[in-house]
Amino acid sequence: MKTVVSERDVTVVPAVRKKRKWTADHWLAAAFLTPSVVLIFIFVYGFIGWTGYVSLSNWNSLVPDLSFAGWKNYIYLFHDFRFQADLRNTVVFTVLFIGVVVVLGQFLAILLDQKLRGESIFRNIFFFPMALSFVVTGVIWQWLLNPSTGVNLFLKKFGLDSKWYTDTTILGGFHIGKIEGGVPVAMIAVVIAAVWQMTGFAVAMYLAGLRAIPEEVREAARMDGATEFQIYRKIIIPMLRPITVSVIIIMAHISLKIFDLIYAMTGPGANFVTDVPGVYMFETTFRGNYYANGAAIAMIMLLSVAIFIVPYLISSRKGES
Amino acid sequence: MKKKRLWLSFALMFSLALAGCNSNSASNNSNKEDQGGSKGHEKLEIFSWWTGAGEEDGLKALIKLFQEKYPDIPVENAAVAGGAGTNAKAVLASRMQGNDPPATFQVHGGAELNEGWVAAGKMEPLNDLYEKEGWMDKFPKSLIDMVSKDGKIYSVPVNIHRSNVLWYNKKIFAENGLEPPKTFDEFFQVAEKLKAKGITPLALGDKEPWTATHLFENVLLGTLGAEDYKKLWTGELSFDDPKVKEAVNTFKKMLDYINEDHSSRNWQDAAQLVGKGEAAMYVMGDWVKGYFVNDLKLKVNEDFGYVPAPNTEGKFMVITDTFGLPKGVKNPEDVKKFLSVLGSVEGQDTFNPLKGSIPARIDADLSKYDEYGKQTIQDFKSAELTPSLAHGSAASEGFVTKVNQAVNIFVTQKDTKTFINTLVSAASELKK
Repeated sequence: MKTVVSERDVTVVPAVRKKRKWTADHWLAAAFLTPSVVLIFIFVYGFIGWTGYVSLSNWNSLVPDLSFAGWKNYIYLFHDFRFQADLRNTVVFTVLFIGVVVVLGQFLAILLDQKLRGESIFRNIFFFPMALSFVVTGVIWQWLLNPSTGVNLFLKKFGLDSKWYTDTTILGGFHIGKIEGGVPVAMIAVVIAAVWQMTGFAVAMYLAGLRAIPEEVREAARMDGATEFQIYRKIIIPMLRPITVSVIIIMAHISLKIFDLIYAMTGPGANFVTDVPGVYMFETTFRGNYYANGAAIAMIMLLSVAIFIVPYLISSRKGES
Repeated sequence: MKKKRLWLSFALMFSLALAGCNSNSASNNSNKEDQGGSKGHEKLEIFSWWTGAGEEDGLKALIKLFQEKYPDIPVENAAVAGGAGTNAKAVLASRMQGNDPPATFQVHGGAELNEGWVAAGKMEPLNDLYEKEGWMDKFPKSLIDMVSKDGKIYSVPVNIHRSNVLWYNKKIFAENGLEPPKTFDEFFQVAEKLKAKGITPLALGDKEPWTATHLFENVLLGTLGAEDYKKLWTGELSFDDPKVKEAVNTFKKMLDYINEDHSSRNWQDAAQLVGKGEAAMYVMGDWVKGYFVNDLKLKVNEDFGYVPAPNTEGKFMVITDTFGLPKGVKNPEDVKKFLSVLGSVEGQDTFNPLKGSIPARIDADLSKYDEYGKQTIQDFKSAELTPSLAHGSAASEGFVTKVNQAVNIFVTQKDTKTFINTLVSAASELKK
């Protein structure tokens, strides 16, 4: 500690402070940190707390009514057809989206890692959609996949069905609660658009991961007579597991909170086949003035993301220490 | 020395933090100075969601007229873009709850005003302004009722749109020797003939579910009649009444004749189907006329025609944009001056021809309006006025949101019983 403090300072800093081991540098650090810590506590955790409080209140009109309502809003939501559909859609979207991004991202990254010429061009091409906002992606894919425009006109020429974009069928439907569980056909369109946008990001992460694997490992495997395919299957891909965890965490927090892509692309959809909690929260809060219901949806979304994020944060903290 | 440095860095930090706060007020000040000659006048902030083609022109013309009359009052056009005012309403709600209301804001007459801001105690009554301007007999009484609660008037209507209009493609009807339908029976006969010829009889674009609610409200009006339709909103008639069930079944039958890709279209996309001759009929408010004429370059009564929606002749489903005076504004007298211009014949005739709506006053200058406008002005005077559900005039927005959700499910599932049950339980909230 003393090494940091210059001699000149030692003479100035009183002995009392020395006892508490708080040097000027500590004070400075604390002074610089305090504002952001205070601001984060107020504007992040304070408002999370406030939202949680509102979600337990009766505030379901333009007039704020903060009287305690218990779990009423949550109970209402879990009995609501639309919210049940939202939960189904979120699970379906998250699983499909993450699954495809992980597999495709890994595959493309390995292809790019073959030291081919013009690699950086391909990398940029894959990465470029990331630069767009989800709203732009939504509008583009809406026109591409719309039954009366784009890809479907092409498909129609070959006598293929062009209605899948607005199809309300649920694949593998089984009755659960008020809704039909399964994979809504129309959701596939949204998954395609999201995958198009986010795969480049996964590619970049996997590529970084691949580059971090020392050449010696491959060499050693080759010496032991492993084929290239075996090297990837048995060595490279297992070594990419930490990257996969990071990709899953990052994609999960995007897909669980998705709003803009769906709002711009399909909207809630007929029979709410493409609705998600984010869209419901926006509409019920700002169109219907059901503030407490909207807050309850927000809390459920927060919890669903926390299920992914918190274990990740804990494990990465352990790794640090 | 070190201490000094410490304090210096503290001071630096605080000044940075303060600068963040200051820049705001500084820019506010400079803005005020920009409005040369304002001499202490508070800026008059007019809040709306009029950013579309015709409506923005109308609003700007209205502001220009106001500034000619009151050159010393600075005006700010605080329009927030976004479909059907959703974004604007979200901004408005947080400003009103934060006690920072705009000087005046756009609000639909009826429940959106009365059950919303008036019930929340956020609006000033305007009876004195109505008396002073002599407006009590210049607006239809039933319209004044729509912007009043307990005998107090809370806003000034600037325009009228009609919801119950059936638009049809003239060419399709002429080629098939069809007459535009006046009743539901005629509608289904026409629709059956068109369907047999492979033409989509009815266009719908319910990507945003309010359009389906819009169709439903007009079927309700056509089935129940104006009296019973209005009773739905006061709770005198229940939603499990057999007549409502009949309306729901008629609505369900109509859905057999719509375009298959309805859920991927918005109202403009659906209007295009009729404009381009891919569908024959469309039930939509008369803002569609502006879209047909200005955007698709079609001619009234040549390319497209219009009749009241089935069974609603002599009835007028009203959508009215109004402006009121929120409590707690710093310049209420200036706001009243603006409202007096807004409610004048001159103001209404400046705004409405551009917006494509008709004036809310009964004594406006007919010559300024097109063929459709003239006829609608006539109908408005004689027809029975009913509040629109889809556009927030009949019931609170909370109820409308629930109806939109129920309609969205119904369009796919077509389950009359569940639909009516949802309406009944949503309506139990309505009576509170």
